[in-house]
Amino acid sequence: MSAATADGTMARPRTQGGFFATLWQGRTKYLLGAIMIVLALFMLLPIYATMTASVKLPSEAAGIPPTYFPKTFSVESYIKLWDYQHGLPRYLFNSFATAFLAILFTVALTVPAGYALARFPVPGKEILFVFLLTALIIPYQALLTPIFLMFAQLKLTNSLVGLAVIHTAIQLPFSLYIMRNSFEAIPKELEEAAVIDGCNTFQLLVRICIPSVVPSIVTIALFAFITSWNEFLGALVMLNRGEMFTLPLVLAASRTVNMLGGTDWGMLQAGVTVSIIPCVGVYLLLQKYYVSGLLSGAVK
Amino acid sequence: MYSSPNSKWLGLLYLTPALLFVAVFTVYPLTQMVWVSFNNWTLISPPKWVGLNNFTKAFSDRQFWISLTFTLKYTLLITPILMIGGYAIALLVSGNSLLQRFTRTVVFLPVVIGLGASSLLWYWLFAPDAGFINTILRDLGIIPDRILWLGVNADISNWAIIISVVWKVIGFGMILFVGAIQAIPTEVNEAALVDGASGWQRVRAITLPLTLRTILLVTLISVIGSLLAFDQFYIMTAGQPQNLTATSVFFIYLNSFPYLKLGYGAALSLILAVFVLLFTLVQMLLTRRSHA
Repeated sequence: MSAATADGTMARPRTQGGFFATLWQGRTKYLLGAIMIVLALFMLLPIYATMTASVKLPSEAAGIPPTYFPKTFSVESYIKLWDYQHGLPRYLFNSFATAFLAILFTVALTVPAGYALARFPVPGKEILFVFLLTALIIPYQALLTPIFLMFAQLKLTNSLVGLAVIHTAIQLPFSLYIMRNSFEAIPKELEEAAVIDGCNTFQLLVRICIPSVVPSIVTIALFAFITSWNEFLGALVMLNRGEMFTLPLVLAASRTVNMLGGTDWGMLQAGVTVSIIPCVGVYLLLQKYYVSGLLSGAVK
Repeated sequence: MYSSPNSKWLGLLYLTPALLFVAVFTVYPLTQMVWVSFNNWTLISPPKWVGLNNFTKAFSDRQFWISLTFTLKYTLLITPILMIGGYAIALLVSGNSLLQRFTRTVVFLPVVIGLGASSLLWYWLFAPDAGFINTILRDLGIIPDRILWLGVNADISNWAIIISVVWKVIGFGMILFVGAIQAIPTEVNEAALVDGASGWQRVRAITLPLTLRTILLVTLISVIGSLLAFDQFYIMTAGQPQNLTATSVFFIYLNSFPYLKLGYGAALSLILAVFVLLFTLVQMLLTRRSHA
């Protein structure tokens, strides 16, 4: 990870232009450059469209045909969103609280488990590891029906804790895998020195091992946040009281009806913008962790 | 230090929270799913044992087949676009020039956005009058009149959703392909260059074979993701017209939750899980062989 570029992919000494080295000369250079710029524009246009629509006057945002460049500027759509049903603060709280709990559960479960798998001679370790990865072979979408039944009995439906548990179950195999590998990568000498100083294993974990795996903890926390913040089906199944809705749920519910019977496009795009910003923000800030997690989690 | 007689049990102690969690929230529901699938249960009345009824019912249920074929069609259409498109972009941006790194970041950006948010965004872009797609196509003179993209015609809806999902996830494959392409030792490419191989020859002889494992893995992840598609269809078409765009997961959702046919929903979930597992196993085998 040390040699990673800003987005976490490996930097290696190579000719400028990399793969297309031979093409990277003369006129083809401009052609390839132009293709990349068009591609980047195409990817950014929808985000541009939603962000500008969210700051148009609602009448312009609902206008037919839509205007390419905003003629008005207004935060009215955001004000409407702020007061929509139980209010944006409530939905933001629900989404953030669920994500926070999912991060907490994921880290609290997989850090000690990864440590144990990497270091301790636990009997039947390989079988236990496979058991812990059960979720990999069964899609959580298929498990929602029985989980709903269980949560109905445990009174965990309409509960953010319940939803966070589902998000944790989704993230657990990936996170455990990442944590086990990074504990294994710590040089044993570090711990040996500490043992001589009289540390027990819990002190080893807290003082020596955890500080060495902080990047991995950031990675699993980041993935848990993005999964939880964006997750839709589990929330749709588990939450049916409006005041418990997470942001994606309330936005999906708002798409079909407003008081006039149509969609309030300005407010909807304000909502989309609000739900995009935290993800894009943490991604741009922690890009390195995100991409390295993806590369090690998905491919190896 | 980890070899004292106690450390076996100490290790188990550190594992216990995760083991309990998986037992309670993954393995137990899995067994419940199997059990419930042999019952009729609506939550209000107690479960009633019906044997294989739910399964035979599924196979003779017209909507089950409509959902399954629609999901397969969606998967078959979107997977080649994501793989070939993602790979082409990866070849284009695998270097480390400023423009390439910028394009990489931008193409990857929608991956971190929620599928719910991106579906709502495209639901608006595809809106008949207030949306940009029809406006742009009309302003460019490509279409004379507006197209009703979503919820009227199943095929047109499918394509509209495919466009939105390609935008949202193409960066996922791209970033993994870039990782694999960059892992190819520079010397291999240089040797081929010395031998006078053209760009396309190098793609075929070096890049594709050396990144085959990643290609298969990304295909696996992508196919399974498509077979489990839900959010985009729920938000953009709500299954319309006439549940023709209701995917398999959508069909399970409808039965389990609004209709509360939990036994039937569990049976459908089990069928889907086995179906997806087959794909996982077949592709794992393929992946292993290519790796050896």
